[in-house]
Amino acid sequence: MVTAEAVAEARIWDELTHIPDPEIPAISVVDLGVIGSVSVRDRRARVELLPTFVGCPAIGVMQEQISERIGGLDVVDEVEVPISFDPPWTSDRISPEGRERLRLSGFAPPHQGPVPVAGGLEELTVLQVAECPYCGSRNTTMENVFGPTLCRSIFHCADCRQPFEQFKRL
Amino acid sequence: MSQAIELPVLDAADRDALAELLLAVADDEFVIGFWDSEWTGIAPMLEEDVATSSIAQDEIGHAKALYELLATLTDDDADRIAFGRDAADFRHAALLNHARGDWAFSVARRYLYETADAVRLAALAASSYEPLASLAGKIRREETYHQLHGEAWLRRLAESTDAGRDRLVSGLECLWTDAQEVFAPLEGESRLLERRILAKPMQAMHAEWQTQVRDRLRPICAELPDASPTPDGRRRRTDDFRWLHGEFTSVARSEETATW
Repeated sequence: MVTAEAVAEARIWDELTHIPDPEIPAISVVDLGVIGSVSVRDRRARVELLPTFVGCPAIGVMQEQISERIGGLDVVDEVEVPISFDPPWTSDRISPEGRERLRLSGFAPPHQGPVPVAGGLEELTVLQVAECPYCGSRNTTMENVFGPTLCRSIFHCADCRQPFEQFKRL
Repeated sequence: MSQAIELPVLDAADRDALAELLLAVADDEFVIGFWDSEWTGIAPMLEEDVATSSIAQDEIGHAKALYELLATLTDDDADRIAFGRDAADFRHAALLNHARGDWAFSVARRYLYETADAVRLAALAASSYEPLASLAGKIRREETYHQLHGEAWLRRLAESTDAGRDRLVSGLECLWTDAQEVFAPLEGESRLLERRILAKPMQAMHAEWQTQVRDRLRPICAELPDASPTPDGRRRRTDDFRWLHGEFTSVARSEETATW
């Protein structure tokens, strides 16, 4: 038997796929992987948000948008959107669809695999290659591991001569 | 998927000790973040404007999350803790009392701080206090990028011109004693260790960090003097810091009843 809770949870997941990331609107919060869990008990919804970066200034906006949109559904009366770091968001949580949407918006998707936390720093150096989201060339160089937001690095494509950004691997 | 977290039962003494630890770490991140943000717009090259600003934003974000954890524990408000305290009530390490100085001085401080912070974060990620362990685990991933940046600039200045190297070395020598204070003993440390809220004594972390840093700096500068953390290493304040405190509290003071 499908419970009312399960129906409500499915509705919430569906609605979340229509809520865009505030900084990169082409990708939904679900494809970005920032939804840790959804649960409904007694018509009270709890949507756990996993921030990409701890200091991401868009966290508050995301919480508000999720509260507002999920609160508008007729299957729940109340919504809470707590922040969680367990499990930590990592760039591997971005869905294959999300990676494609990033590329279509002019962002190179992150390299796969977790960022090294002890040693192995050379993996992140300027020697790494990202595929140009505009022309597909791999003749690119990292200009700056840090970019205009916490989650982006800056690259340059030597073939189409276009600067572009990569979503940081984390 | 994580479930509702079962918090360990903390008595009043545990809470006080944990609050002291959280405040120390948060104030370190907060104050270095504000010092580094002083480079926004005037770093030696455009890439470094972006990099230093991004690192500063990370550090202040880490401080915010730690202040929020502290506020939950002490039934306080994170904004009040950050912007409503007097300069004398901050508990950052003496390393962060110094003004940003020249670029090489900031590079020297970043290197000393990032290496110390990495040792500390590894211990915090093993904390029995789950909210701290998961936050520290998350922060560690971001700090990898800071370490990469810190090491790259250390090497760059050390291997560049005599002037670059001299400035770097004088920064390292000036900051060396105060850098030890990142590991200054905490009043409630024995309690934290007993409850495994702190997975490693400050003294052991200090020894680990000092060995690592001495090995790295040996080809760059003369052997650095003997130095150890001191009991008041997080209580000494300077005019440089009082000036910074005036800056970062100025907006909050201008309209004390505003909500953020």
